[in-house]
Formats: sequence, structure tokens, C-alpha cells
Amino acid sequence: MALDKPVFIKPKLTLFNIIIGIILVMGLILTILRFTKGIGAVTNLDNNNPWGIWIGFDLLCGVALAAGGYVTSASCYIFGLKRYHSAVRPAILTAFLGYALVVLALHYDLGRPLRLPYPIFYSQGTSSLLFEVGLCVFLYLTVLFVEFTPAAFEWLGLKKIRAIVVKLILLLTIFGVILSTLHQSSLGALFMIVPSKLHPLWYSGYLPIYFFISSMFAGMSMVIFEGSLAHRYLENEMDATHKKEASGVAFGFAKAASLIMMGYCATKLIGLAVDNNWHFLGTSWGLWFMFEVVGFVAFPAVLFAMGSREKNLTMVRFAAIWTILGIILNRLNISIVAFNYHLPAADRYFPSLSEIGTSVFIVTLGIVAYRFITTRMPILHEHPDYKAH
Amino acid sequence: MAISRRKFLSCIGAAALTTTTNGLSKAYGASNKHFKGHPDSFGILHDITKCIGCRKCEAACNKVNELTQPEKSFEDLSILDQKRRTDANIYTVVNKFKHDTRAPVFVKKQCNHCMEPACASACFVKALNKTKTGAVIYDESLCVGCRYCMIACPFEIPAYEYHKALTPRITKCTMCYPRLLEGKLPGCVEACPKEALIFGERDKLLKAAWQRIYRYPDQYLEHIYGEHEMGGTSWLYLSKHPFSKIGMREDLGKKSAPELTTGPLSAVPIVVGLWPVLLTGVYAISKRKDKITKEEKEKAVAQTTALAKEDTEKKLEALREKMTREKTSAINFEVKKALEEAEKTDAADKTDDKAPEESGKEEN
Repeated sequence: MALDKPVFIKPKLTLFNIIIGIILVMGLILTILRFTKGIGAVTNLDNNNPWGIWIGFDLLCGVALAAGGYVTSASCYIFGLKRYHSAVRPAILTAFLGYALVVLALHYDLGRPLRLPYPIFYSQGTSSLLFEVGLCVFLYLTVLFVEFTPAAFEWLGLKKIRAIVVKLILLLTIFGVILSTLHQSSLGALFMIVPSKLHPLWYSGYLPIYFFISSMFAGMSMVIFEGSLAHRYLENEMDATHKKEASGVAFGFAKAASLIMMGYCATKLIGLAVDNNWHFLGTSWGLWFMFEVVGFVAFPAVLFAMGSREKNLTMVRFAAIWTILGIILNRLNISIVAFNYHLPAADRYFPSLSEIGTSVFIVTLGIVAYRFITTRMPILHEHPDYKAH
Repeated sequence: MAISRRKFLSCIGAAALTTTTNGLSKAYGASNKHFKGHPDSFGILHDITKCIGCRKCEAACNKVNELTQPEKSFEDLSILDQKRRTDANIYTVVNKFKHDTRAPVFVKKQCNHCMEPACASACFVKALNKTKTGAVIYDESLCVGCRYCMIACPFEIPAYEYHKALTPRITKCTMCYPRLLEGKLPGCVEACPKEALIFGERDKLLKAAWQRIYRYPDQYLEHIYGEHEMGGTSWLYLSKHPFSKIGMREDLGKKSAPELTTGPLSAVPIVVGLWPVLLTGVYAISKRKDKITKEEKEKAVAQTTALAKEDTEKKLEALREKMTREKTSAINFEVKKALEEAEKTDAADKTDDKAPEESGKEEN
């Protein structure tokens, strides 16, 4: 069986490719610096601020925005919404790449990255929520990898193995939802141990619930956002089914996301009421909190609702980008902005250029890998030999 | 019907989720056990009123732990004007607080060796442990360097060797655990010239501290810092001035760190138990819904076809009947016509009298 597309496609010298090349070179230099001079040389981290954007952005946002995988595959395979079928593969691919990059980014942040398997295989600290995160992310990365393999097998023409994996899809999807529920929520629960360091408006007994619920609409928004990017830049990889179903996926997810986001706002209100934190709303922290919840959750929720009702694709796509920014804002607020709020300004953290550069490098790696795979494997189109599985 | 079934199911899901979340805060309440610390574990009482800020404890700590020498010697007291915290090479610091116009207050800061340490409960490789001596110690051979212990510590104690590229460690006061095992006092306690640091069994230190408070009520606040803070710590503090005014947080609460995280941890078995059943159910329902839709569709098609067939047959029958009727009437008409004709010819024959039988035969 011949390959669908060749492995090596000669790169063209476009502006996009040049920028990507520059970023990759910069990333390599930063990587060398990090592993020769230490974390202290490239970051602004210190003893009061042990976690910076490599955790706040790369890990927390990365995992939340990779939630599209479990959301889409659950809607298609468990809830039986078959019209989302063409969106499953791109979503699984993004989720897999997202998690793989989260693990890669961890290698920069951890002091001894080669010991990353320790918590799972060597010395299990089961009382730690970070252990739960680690175990679930490890297992889920494996699940996503297996879920992704049919596309690679089709590309390589390995029919028999593909047939076996395809039979496991329901099982894998259910397993994926369990693991996602656990680690999405426990990323929020990581901060349950610091009521004295995280501002009361963000600290809540509902933190795990907030993280889990917000991961759902984060994932849906990412599916919509990626869809719009793919339509602009990778349209020749798409088949007729994908194109036909794409706007339906966007409107369906927009409607679902707007409902979930409204629910999320309601649970935020409940959280405020349970801890009786109303008086903080009048402070400048309160303003910042309202900016996040009203400006970046309630507002795009309304946009989603209007966009899906009026079948306005531009509005839906705009709302998706807005929601993604809101998720990033929320995760950074919890891990950085409202964390250590009690410390004087001089002791607060702001990322260094090299930290930002490393994060940009890792995101760029993701884009390159996504493009490499979608231009070769049957992701945005169905393989002619395996129609309708 | 199908939609209401799904709605019902999602309601069950929502209900299950709310019960689990409501249950979270009560999860630990179900157990009656309360950890009071290892029996006879040691502690250190820091009587802040007695500290003169001589930094002898800092010097001793540096020596017994074989840490790198600072640039300025420990004799230099000018550094007390800065507010300092522990660092990779500094396990303990003394800070100066000016209180009103009277003499300044000196407070020693180091790991408090919590009874139920946040750092140990946060560590995902068990690199931090509370020993039976009371000391919280660190095992660098396990540490992955995630720094979650530093996030978790409410006293902001653990520090990190940020400038080591390949083998960075967490560092913090060990209560001189190796010296304790040898039967020696912790370095700082041994070096203190004013008995501002007293080493002993924590229970006995607590009693002694309360005795001091009762005996000299105007010298001490009626609060031993560390008796209950974050579930209690092995280090205990006596002070005249409110602790919050001398750099010690009083808003930490009495809950130990593990109590803060039992809720989310107890949700794990609920999710693992509930989700597979619920999701398989959702799958089965959506599958069945599809099947029913398909069956109903087939049935409807069959019914329509049958109806259409019947209808056509009826129409055909009617048409056939009509045609038969028309044919019969046509025949009758023809017969009648023929008969009339015949009668006419009969009458004509009678008048013309020529071969009547022949013409009658032709007509028929």
C-alpha cells in the first residue's frame, strides 16, 4: 500500500516559514541557555514566585485549550451527534499535540526533568493533587496517542492494526472523559492548598469545578478557532464532507458553549455567595475579577448565542477568540496575577523575555507539527479507502 | 419522547455532580480520627521577647549545615534593617521590626516544621517527610524540582537552587535532623546566648509557654503562635506584640494543609465510579434512540407504502368496476339497439315480404 502523501515536502520560502524559522532558532538558543545556565538564568522566578508563565500559560492554558479532544469525541461517539464526526480528527490531533507540548514545556520548568517518570513509577506521593494531575495527564496522553493512530495507520496503509484501534474508540473516549474530568479539575484544585496566597475572589472551594466547566467551553472555542484557521490556510486539505459540516460544527458548539458559559457565570455567583465575598467586588481586585467574568465569559457567551441564532459565522469565530483570551486571562489570574497578592509590588513576578520567548517557541512547535501532520495524514479529509467508519 | 429521556439523564448527571461537590466539604468529617502529631516529638519554643538580634543562630546554622559563607560576616548587624526571607543558602534569618518608639523586636524565621506539613502533602514524589522526631526533612534523591512545595508552604520557607542547571535542590531548615539523631541540639538553639530558643518535647514546651503567659501576663500576648496555626507547628512562638505586626500571618487558619485538599481528592473515586456507568448509559441511550428512529422510519415507510398500495388497488378496482359497468351498459345498449333494429326489419319484412331470416342473421 503506497503512502497517501510523501513524508518530505520541500518547504517554500514564504514569510510565514521565515518567521517560524527565526522563532525555532531563538527557541533552540533559549533551550541551550536553560539547560546549561539553569532556570534562574532565563526566568524571573524566585523563592516567592516559584511558578511563572511556564506553568501558568504552558501548563494551565495548554491543558485547558486542549480540551477540544474530549469534548468533540464525547459529543460524537458517546452522545451520538454524528454531524461532528469530521471535527473529531482535527480536535484529537490538536489535543494530542497540546498535551505533548505541555509535557515538553514541563521539561523546561522542572528542575530535574529526567525524573519526570518518578511520581508515576518510582515514588508515588498520592496525597498530592499534582500527583493526580501527573498520572491523569500521562494516561490521557497515551489515550490521545492511541486515538490519533488510525490517521497515521491509514497514511501508512496498515489496515489490520487500524481496524483493531477503531474498535476501541468508544472505550477510549469514555476513558478520555474520565481522565479529563479528573485532571482538568485537579489543576484548579492545585490551588486549594493556598488559601493564604490566592486572592479570595479567585480562591474557592469550587476551583476544581470552575476549571472543569471552563475547560469544556475552552475546548469548544478552540475547535471553532482552529476550524477558522484551517479554512483559511489548509482548505485544499479538506474534503467536501468536512467543508459541508464545518459551519454546522461551529454553530452547534457555539450554542453549547454559550449555555455552558452562562452556567459557569452562575456558579461563579454561587461561589461569591458561598464565601460571602461580595465586599471584595468594590475593590480594585473586584474590578479585575468583573473584567474577567463579565468581559471575557458573559460577553462572549452572549456573542455565541447571537451568532448561533443568526447563523453568523464571523460573530461565532470572534466569540471563540474572545473566549480563548478569557481562559488565558483566568488561568494567569489564578496562577500569577492574584497569586501572592499579599506581597509588596517589589516581590511580585513578571515574566522575563526569555520565558515569553520559550513559550512562543513551544506554541510554534505545535503549529509546525499540526501543519506537518495535516498536510500528510487524513485529518481534514477522509482517506478514500476507509470511508465512513 | 427521545429528547425528554436525554434531558432526564442530563438532570441525573447534574444532580450527581452537585451531590458530589456538596459532599466534598464533609468528606473528612466522616472520619473521627484527628492527627495530633507524633507522640513525644520535639519542638522549639522561640520567646521573641528575649531575642536581641545578635545573629549567632544564623552563624551557627550556616556552620552546622555547611552552607556557603555570606559576603558580609554574621557580626554585621546592619543587614537586619532589610526584611529578609530564607534562601537557597540561608535556612534561617532574623528580622527586625520597629514597634512604636520603643526598642526594636527581633524575630527568627525558619521552617516551622508543621505537624501536618503543606509541603509534604503537596509533594508528588514523597521527597518531603515529617519524621517522628518532629523534623520535616527533604530527600533530594527523589525530588523532581516541580516547586509545588514552595507554592504550598504558607510560611514561604522552602527555597530553590535556581542557578544550578542540572541538579537543583529545594533547601530548608531540617531542625538539624542529623544532629538530633546524634543526640545533639539544633545548631541555632545551641548558639543562642539569651535562651530565646528552647528545645524540648513539643507538649512540654506548650505547657511551659502557657505558664509563662500566666505568670507574666503583661509581657506576653495570650496566644502561642504555632499551637494551632495550619494544624499546629513544631516551632512555637511567644510575643508581646501582635504577630501580624512582626511579619507572621495570623490569617492562616487552623486547618492543616491536607484538610484543604481532601475535598478534591475524595472526588476521584466518585468520578471514576460514576462516569463510566453514566457515559455508557448515555451511549446506550443515544444508540437506542438511533435504533428506534430507524425502526420508526422503516415502519412509517412500510405503512405509507401499504396505504398507497391499498389506495391504488381501490382506485383500480373502482376503475375496473366502472369500466365493466360501462361495458355492460354499452353491450346492453347495443343489444337493445339490435333488437329494436331487428323489430324494425321484421316490420319492414312483413311489409316487403322478402327473406326475413337472412337479414336477422346478419344483424346478430
